[in-house]
Amino acid sequence: MILTIAIMALGALVLGAALGYASIKFKVEGDPLVDKIEAILPQTQCGQCGYPGCKPYATAISAGEADINLCPPGGMDGVRKLADLLGREVKPLEAEETPKQVAIIDEQTCIGCTLCIQACPVDAIVGAAKQMHTIVEPLCTGCELCVKPCPVECITMEPITENLDNWKWKYPVIEIKRAA
Amino acid sequence: MLQRLFHFKGGVKPQTHKAPSVQQPIGQAPLPARLYVPLHQSIGGVPNPLVEVGEHVAKGQLIGGADGWLSAAVHASTSGTVLAIEEHLAAHPSGLPTLTVVIEPDGRDEWLARTPVDYRALPPERVRELLRDAGVVGLGGAVFPSHAKLTAAAAVPVDELVINGAECEPYMSCDDMLMRERGEEIVRGIAIFRDLLAARRVLIGIEDNKPEAVAAMQQAVQRLGDDYRVVAVPTRYPAGGAKQLIRVLTGKEVPASKRSTDLGVQCFNVATAYTAWRALACGEPVISRIVTLAGNLEQPRNWEVRLGTPLRDLLALGKPKADSSRYLMGGPMMGFEIPSLDAPVVKATNCVIAASPTMFPPNPPEMPCIRCGACADVCPHELQPFELYWFARARNFGKTQEYHIFDCIECGCCSYVCPSHIPLVQYFRFAKSEIWSREREKNAADAAKARFELRNAREERELAEKAERLARAAAARAAEKKVASVAEVTTAAAAEATPATAATTTTEPAAAAPTVDRAALATAPEPPLVAPAADAQALKKATIVAAMERARAQREAVQPKNTEQFSAEQKRQLAAVEVRRAALQAEQAVSPATATPERSAD
Repeated sequence: MILTIAIMALGALVLGAALGYASIKFKVEGDPLVDKIEAILPQTQCGQCGYPGCKPYATAISAGEADINLCPPGGMDGVRKLADLLGREVKPLEAEETPKQVAIIDEQTCIGCTLCIQACPVDAIVGAAKQMHTIVEPLCTGCELCVKPCPVECITMEPITENLDNWKWKYPVIEIKRAA
Repeated sequence: MLQRLFHFKGGVKPQTHKAPSVQQPIGQAPLPARLYVPLHQSIGGVPNPLVEVGEHVAKGQLIGGADGWLSAAVHASTSGTVLAIEEHLAAHPSGLPTLTVVIEPDGRDEWLARTPVDYRALPPERVRELLRDAGVVGLGGAVFPSHAKLTAAAAVPVDELVINGAECEPYMSCDDMLMRERGEEIVRGIAIFRDLLAARRVLIGIEDNKPEAVAAMQQAVQRLGDDYRVVAVPTRYPAGGAKQLIRVLTGKEVPASKRSTDLGVQCFNVATAYTAWRALACGEPVISRIVTLAGNLEQPRNWEVRLGTPLRDLLALGKPKADSSRYLMGGPMMGFEIPSLDAPVVKATNCVIAASPTMFPPNPPEMPCIRCGACADVCPHELQPFELYWFARARNFGKTQEYHIFDCIECGCCSYVCPSHIPLVQYFRFAKSEIWSREREKNAADAAKARFELRNAREERELAEKAERLARAAAARAAEKKVASVAEVTTAAAAEATPATAATTTTEPAAAAPTVDRAALATAPEPPLVAPAADAQALKKATIVAAMERARAQREAVQPKNTEQFSAEQKRQLAAVEVRRAALQAEQAVSPATATPERSAD
């Protein structure tokens, strides 16, 4: 009887020590799920989901506070990937899906107020006070955050046109669509 | 000369249709009315335009400078005037425009001064630079800049240099005709590659359906006394694929993740060797190429065509038959339908085929895959096209990569044999470009995230710095206040001490002392009047007073000199002065208001 208890106690001690060691040694910093979700999000940092950036939205999804269909720049494709990752239902996007676009500053109208520079979450606008501003197109994520602050409305969003660099071979299957 | 040959797996044997276009020698295509020379004609960086609109250019003049190492220059194909540098339709399946230099020929076709060089006398780096600036690229169709392939890997010496004259695509005969007519120049060009790579052995592979080309090359090699081996390889599509030809000639199989140079083999097209020789030995950059005109034409033939010639002008030379409905660039297996005949001839244009519905009947409707495995049998890269097809169709791109979609060379054998007429290669192209596009998007998103995080960190840092600055300023203000109050105390003390010292030190130098004392007297009563709000002013005054105190102390430390030789008269006068000064000081001490604050600041 005592021997049994001793064996069990010893086992508990050894296993407990092993578990305690593992929990310190193999401790995972941060939430891996948040990182996985964030990797799917398009990193436009536009805030259209209602959260102040992609990471907060990822955290909210992971905590179950936010739905997976709130990211218009990610599109239906993004919703599908999130549904796959999280085992949730695919839902239609809350907002309308827009084609990828970039912001263009009309440099004739720009007064150099720097408000758009302050608004840009990804530092894609260059310029200085009372100097003309311009957008570094390859860095622009098309988040539209610079459009509103402009006092002279010189920023417009333009869809990215197809060129030889971003042209893709088309899907060979012609999909039959129901006539509206 | 026995050469053991190897086999590659798979492949097909389509009808070659090469005979009609080899009946006549290579013709010189006439000058068109306009030349549209695209700047981006090779893999790698887009060359920068070096000419301006309205400028006169000579034949062979550089119009697009290579952008970086992996890029090749572009030249004017004839002399004339630059009409425009604008977006013009590209010779590309998309039908999208690309930046193009439009030249109106002046008809004189005058060369820029050509400077032949002896490449043996130059260092290899210089030769590679020359080749890049002459626009020498792989003319087999891949248009990879040749100079970038001419750097021998340090670890693996080049055992075999494979020269590709196989030309396995049906209808195509441009390399065949080039080897027949200009074999010697090709062989001389091969010597450049051999010397740069220090290759031990040179193997020239030509499909055995071109006996004239084999004979011509053998003769040329013999005439020039080289030890290259001209090998006739069995005719089997795609024997002209670089990896397939290397396999057939050397028995070496290039693994998926490696390049042929890792195995000590490098491969060049015969036309590339020819242009390399012309570039170095004649100083002629790549401004033209041999193009096969074949298919549904009255006069199929090979033409030497200036780059930039509109395909419409080129096709007119072959007189297309009335029922030609569409035109293909490249061969029927790997080529693509030309979106419009306005597109120009570029370095990649090896063949233009006119097609009629009877010659190339439209694809029958796609049927379901029956998993017969015919595509896997013919795939020269031993892939499983039917599996790739399922995954590409389902947009399961991760799986397609697991099944090595990027090893697919898009040779079209699988589509050729598919009994269900599935356009397999189109699925693979779709999947590849989707994967590339996703990769680009992923990289862009990662970069955006990095910038966003950097920006957040910067904002936080700026906030922290601002808070620190404010704290420092507050601390400084508090310290100033303390200094000011200390100064008040010291000045008050000094003012009390002054009359006594002034009275006793009669030997002070005459001029300065009274002023100092006046200043001390003047400021002494002031601080209590100044409100604490004017801290800075008070501090300034306190420092001035302190400085004056220091100066006075120094003066007091100095004893008057040379006073003992004074005459009695002089001593009397001095005593009188001192008495007057003492009287004056006594008067001021009684009524301090007479000394103005302005004077004290002086």
